[in-house]
Amino acid sequence: MKRRNFVDIFFGGSLLATIAAFLYPVVRYVLPSKSAGVVQNSVAAAKVDELPPNAAKVFKFGSAPAVLVNTAEGNLVALSAICTHLTCTVRYDGDTGTLFCPCHNGRFDLSGNVLSGPPPRPLETYAVEVSGPDIIVSRKS
Amino acid sequence: MNIRAIRLFAAAALFAPLLAFGQKNSCIECHNRLDDELKAPAASFAADVHAEYGLGCKDCHGGDPSKDDVDKAKDKSFKGSPKRSQIPLFCGGCHSNATAMRAYNPALRTDQLSQYGTSRHGQLLKSGDTKAAVCTDCHGVHGIQSARYPKSLTFPWNIPQTCGRCHADKGLMEGYRIPTDQFDDYKASVHAKALFEKKDLSAPVCNDCHGNHGAYPPSVTSVASVCRQCHPSTGDLFNKGAHKKAFDELGVGECEACHGNHKILAPSTTMIGTDDSAVCVQCHEKGSRGFEAAAELRRHLDGFETGFQAAEGLLARAKQKGVEVSDAEYKLLDVNTVLVTAKNLTHGLDTAEIAKAVADGEAALAGVRAAAEEALDEARFRRQGLAVTTVLLAVLAAALALKIRRMAHDRRKREGPGGSQP
Amino acid sequence: MAQKIAKSVWSFLDERFLLSQLIAFGKKKTVPEHRRSFWYFFGGICLFLTGIQVATGAMLLLYYTPHIGAAHESIQFIMSGVKFGWLIRSVHSWTANILVGLLFVHMFSTFFLKAYRKPRELTWVTGFLLLVLFMAFGFSGYLLPWNELSYFATRVGTDIAGSLPLVGKGLKTIILGGPEVSQATLSRFFWFHVALLPLAALTLIGIHIFLVQTLGMSKPIGERGTKEIPFFPDFLYKDALGWTLVLVLIGVLCVFLPWEVGTKADPLAPTPLGIKPEWYFTFMFSTLKIVPAHILSLEGEKLAILGFMAGGLLWMLVPFLDRRAGREKRSPLYTWIGLALAAYIVTMTVLTYAMPKL
Repeated sequence: MKRRNFVDIFFGGSLLATIAAFLYPVVRYVLPSKSAGVVQNSVAAAKVDELPPNAAKVFKFGSAPAVLVNTAEGNLVALSAICTHLTCTVRYDGDTGTLFCPCHNGRFDLSGNVLSGPPPRPLETYAVEVSGPDIIVSRKS
Repeated sequence: MNIRAIRLFAAAALFAPLLAFGQKNSCIECHNRLDDELKAPAASFAADVHAEYGLGCKDCHGGDPSKDDVDKAKDKSFKGSPKRSQIPLFCGGCHSNATAMRAYNPALRTDQLSQYGTSRHGQLLKSGDTKAAVCTDCHGVHGIQSARYPKSLTFPWNIPQTCGRCHADKGLMEGYRIPTDQFDDYKASVHAKALFEKKDLSAPVCNDCHGNHGAYPPSVTSVASVCRQCHPSTGDLFNKGAHKKAFDELGVGECEACHGNHKILAPSTTMIGTDDSAVCVQCHEKGSRGFEAAAELRRHLDGFETGFQAAEGLLARAKQKGVEVSDAEYKLLDVNTVLVTAKNLTHGLDTAEIAKAVADGEAALAGVRAAAEEALDEARFRRQGLAVTTVLLAVLAAALALKIRRMAHDRRKREGPGGSQP
Repeated sequence: MAQKIAKSVWSFLDERFLLSQLIAFGKKKTVPEHRRSFWYFFGGICLFLTGIQVATGAMLLLYYTPHIGAAHESIQFIMSGVKFGWLIRSVHSWTANILVGLLFVHMFSTFFLKAYRKPRELTWVTGFLLLVLFMAFGFSGYLLPWNELSYFATRVGTDIAGSLPLVGKGLKTIILGGPEVSQATLSRFFWFHVALLPLAALTLIGIHIFLVQTLGMSKPIGERGTKEIPFFPDFLYKDALGWTLVLVLIGVLCVFLPWEVGTKADPLAPTPLGIKPEWYFTFMFSTLKIVPAHILSLEGEKLAILGFMAGGLLWMLVPFLDRRAGREKRSPLYTWIGLALAAYIVTMTVLTYAMPKL
């Protein structure tokens, strides 16, 4: 009698422990975590009055650098800041109104097209819109 | 309709298709029937860029391609093949005539002949040395292709080979008192790696630094200008530093002094410092200010680079253990940018500036290091979790096995041997 | 005290669900035990793994987004940002492969044991249809992470479907939701994977299990032993032991070989070299690669595809064709046919990986 009970208790106990061990990850999975959220498809790059005309700001978009430019005419454009030549970060050149890569002299216009230098492909452009006090940059669909 | 008209019409109809294949070209027909050297021109001309523009044998060599008889074909206008010394003028006959070239390719330059005159090849040829390179040595003879075509002898990734055919030939170059190891040196360089392995067509080849038609080695003082074409930021930094004045006064070729000319290797921090492999000790003696500065620069960079490599290693370990580290890897790219920037800053010789850049980089590096440690912790956690779960499942399996045995035992006891009712 | 509560809960449920009657019925169920009864476990394992797929699939639904701008990113997030997301996703991917493998084992074991013979023909038919459904599950699920491999594997796979004579083009358009792999395809494959196929599978599994419960387990032809063990709880515990071992396997695989996220699909990029479908399609894929371009003036590839369909149909109809087995007689012809098919599938699958340059 005692041995049978032991077997039953042993079985029941190990079953419960196993179920608990399986429920733990499920519960942790379902509970929302503190990290940002699924996809960084849009980001608040800057505040509305942060950039004067003919100035730019490099910001983090997803896990890569991007650049927000307030052109001399007051238009807002945003592009990927990763040079398509050897992945250096481009910067805005206010004198020419172009994006310049200091590594090998690559130059892009504000639509991302290559103007001169070694870059083989244009820069990816992003959509910009103003929402309240924020300038929101998002990926184009 | 009379019979004659019909015959004429039929003949025209029968032979009309020949028109589609172009005019009669007895040169090609005849030469195709010959062997080796005499067949080559005819065989390779079909792929020639001149043929694409409707030009043929007679446009360069004269003669009458409509005649089958060789003596009649090689009439008064026949020029034959030009002597080596005459080739530049032969090609230049059209190619330096802007009016003529406008009819075929208005955008093509027409200064090749005049440039050639200023080149070392042109000068040697003028002085009577027919071993010097002429147009056909680089562009080919009858299968000439546009430099934009990947198989052309003058397409960027073919240029080192084209120049090297002569310049790496010790026998041919004997007597000219220039080295013949440029091609081998170039092939070992970081520019060659970019060109041949990464297929980066913006990487410099021979003509980017030496010129193509006006080819001449850049003078000591102009080497740096040549490099500055693609490395402007480095050039600007160098201009600000103490080396510029010193090198110019010494007559030393700025970039070339430390980086070489053809065998330019990927720069590493070992080039800076005070040990034997560093370039600084070529000039700066032990105890001098330059010597101390070199040692300080090396110290800053080494510490940062070691940290970078350590973080890289940690991330690789975590990744190999199956943890997702792409976010941290991207942050590491940022740190790499700082490292490249810091190394670039060494040309300005401003130790304070470099120390600041390195300090900024350290902050970013600390972030990567933390992420890598977290990833390794996660890998450890997963393995521990697996161990725990496996033990639990093994225990459960054992419990099940015991239960099954117990039930089978009880069943046997109830039924007795041979029975099968539940 | 606890016993009293348990007893009252039990009698409450019993009066309303008629549980004691169900239990009495269940107690009568028995399973034969003989030399070959080991193979009986495979059906249950497949059901268990299906349960795991449904559970992990439902959990993945919580964070997955079926949009080309977010699908890959959501998988990335699940693998790196969600607690135990790597585990849920890796379990789902690994179990899918193990399940398809075991489905083949289950199918061949029932084939060689001639379990398809009368009166179990429909169990075989529904089972075969379930295999096809689960391969469709695999095909549709494979696209959902929207990475390079899945995009091109889908393109190649649907191209093959599109090459069928007459119906090919229309079929391909229906499957893809358009002329090529696009957002429409992703939405459609998502719908297949979480709605259409689960409904169809649920129905077929229901019929399949109902038949198994009603008709009981088939015994090999000529098996004279009469030993039987009760299904509840004896056989079930043995089943559970197998399930526990499979769980250990899955755990080890997920921790040491987590499923990769891959690079996001770029429709403009050239097809990567050596693209091939998931392993359970490779035997058909390699067949299509080695079939000559033309056989007797008919296109080789089309002929091969029609061959597969005809072969599948015949395979599904085996219970009606194997007369000898229907008469409880040994049927070596069909055993050989089965062996030949199994050898063919194994050989062609191995060939895909051993000789990738075919």
